Amino acid sequence: MALKGNLRDFSFSQLLNLINLAAKTGTLVVEGSSDIARVFFRDGKLSYAQIGAEDSGLAAILQRTNRISTSQYRILAERARMMSDKELGLLLINAGYLTQQDILDSLTQYIVEVVRQVFTWVEGFFHFETDEITPGGKIPVRIDLENLIIEGTRQLQEWEMLQEEIPSLDMALKFTDRPGANISNMNLNVEEWRVVSFVNPQNTIRQIGQATHLSDIDIRRVVFSLLQAGLVEIIRPGGGPVITNRMFPTENPDDQKSLVNRLIDRIRTI
Amino acid sequence: MQTVKIVVTGPFNAGKTEFIRSVSEIDVVSTERKISLEEEKVKETTTVAMDFGRITVDEDLVLYLFGTPGQKRFDFMWEILSEGMLGFIVMVDSTRSETFREARSILETFHAYAPTPYVVAANKQDREGAWDIEDMRLALRLDPTVKFLPCVANSKEKVKSVLLELLYSILAEMDKNQPGKPG
Repeated sequence: MALKGNLRDFSFSQLLNLINLAAKTGTLVVEGSSDIARVFFRDGKLSYAQIGAEDSGLAAILQRTNRISTSQYRILAERARMMSDKELGLLLINAGYLTQQDILDSLTQYIVEVVRQVFTWVEGFFHFETDEITPGGKIPVRIDLENLIIEGTRQLQEWEMLQEEIPSLDMALKFTDRPGANISNMNLNVEEWRVVSFVNPQNTIRQIGQATHLSDIDIRRVVFSLLQAGLVEIIRPGGGPVITNRMFPTENPDDQKSLVNRLIDRIRTI
Repeated sequence: MQTVKIVVTGPFNAGKTEFIRSVSEIDVVSTERKISLEEEKVKETTTVAMDFGRITVDEDLVLYLFGTPGQKRFDFMWEILSEGMLGFIVMVDSTRSETFREARSILETFHAYAPTPYVVAANKQDREGAWDIEDMRLALRLDPTVKFLPCVANSKEKVKSVLLELLYSILAEMDKNQPGKPG
């Protein structure tokens, strides 16, 4: 079914992760602001990539990755104009100019470079065409996506981790009750000190961020480091406990279970 | 009269109001307004405070279904609505991948407010362009143990099955917390 959307909402690294986990075969077409990238996958592995109108012929790739000189490239581009990449590759191997590994290494280097470029795109429509595989005549490679994903998701992961640790900026902070602790002996950076000066059950984290001119991610970073240091804890604004509430009108576990069973019976009969 | 509540949450236009409407015995008390922001005009009206549905179980027990406002600027309501809930349902529009990240964030926020059982419902599975359920699970980074259910919010049977799965999860959680009870 449809796998399409905008990178603004669903990042390229998330897409690669999905393709990797689902071991998909097909082509991911990404329309960036200035270029279109086509990234090919087979069984969840990266097999080929092209970007824009860039010459992605084997001769150009070999020259770009310094396997052949510019003059050699000109000769090949002229004489091998009608040959596919596969044919040209075989010719070069059989003639003893390059080994099969040289060619695969060059292609891998080029394809990874294309993918790295797409990682920098934060906006652009994408769609995945299943079963469309490497264009005819091109030499497919087989690159594991894990390392590429790790590289691209490092920053995203940090943001998500911070959101998980601090899901709401509308909570407040209070100093942990640790008798004898002296925060003047702690090594805090300037931003952390500024935030510390606003720690008060009456101030929400959002308000502290605004007062210290820190963005959402920066205030989360600082609060996270203060939490890790055990200096502060998150509380409900005003100082009350974070969550205490009664889910059930009764405290007795058997009555609670009976209540849920009654709900189940009722919903079955709607 | 005893009352319990289940919260139905999810991004804007995920189908929360429709979900509640499908099983509520009263007309859903919905505080809807015409949409003012251009970017949110994928439908004519939206819930600005909350939806409110009711299912009478018996003489002593009533289940309330609360739908949260989907727009981010009303998220101050979420914590209030989450107080004392039995569990919650996160609705996700299967046709709008741009809302997946927000759905994930809403899920995490609600789970932080109250670590009660929850299920995730992939709504609009009957529509053209709906994402495959397994692709959605990966996109939403849902743990394999999380119940992720196909849903069509205007189908009473589908809505019932989502509610039942949540209640089964609540029962399972209670069993987990009450182990080894002699039979």
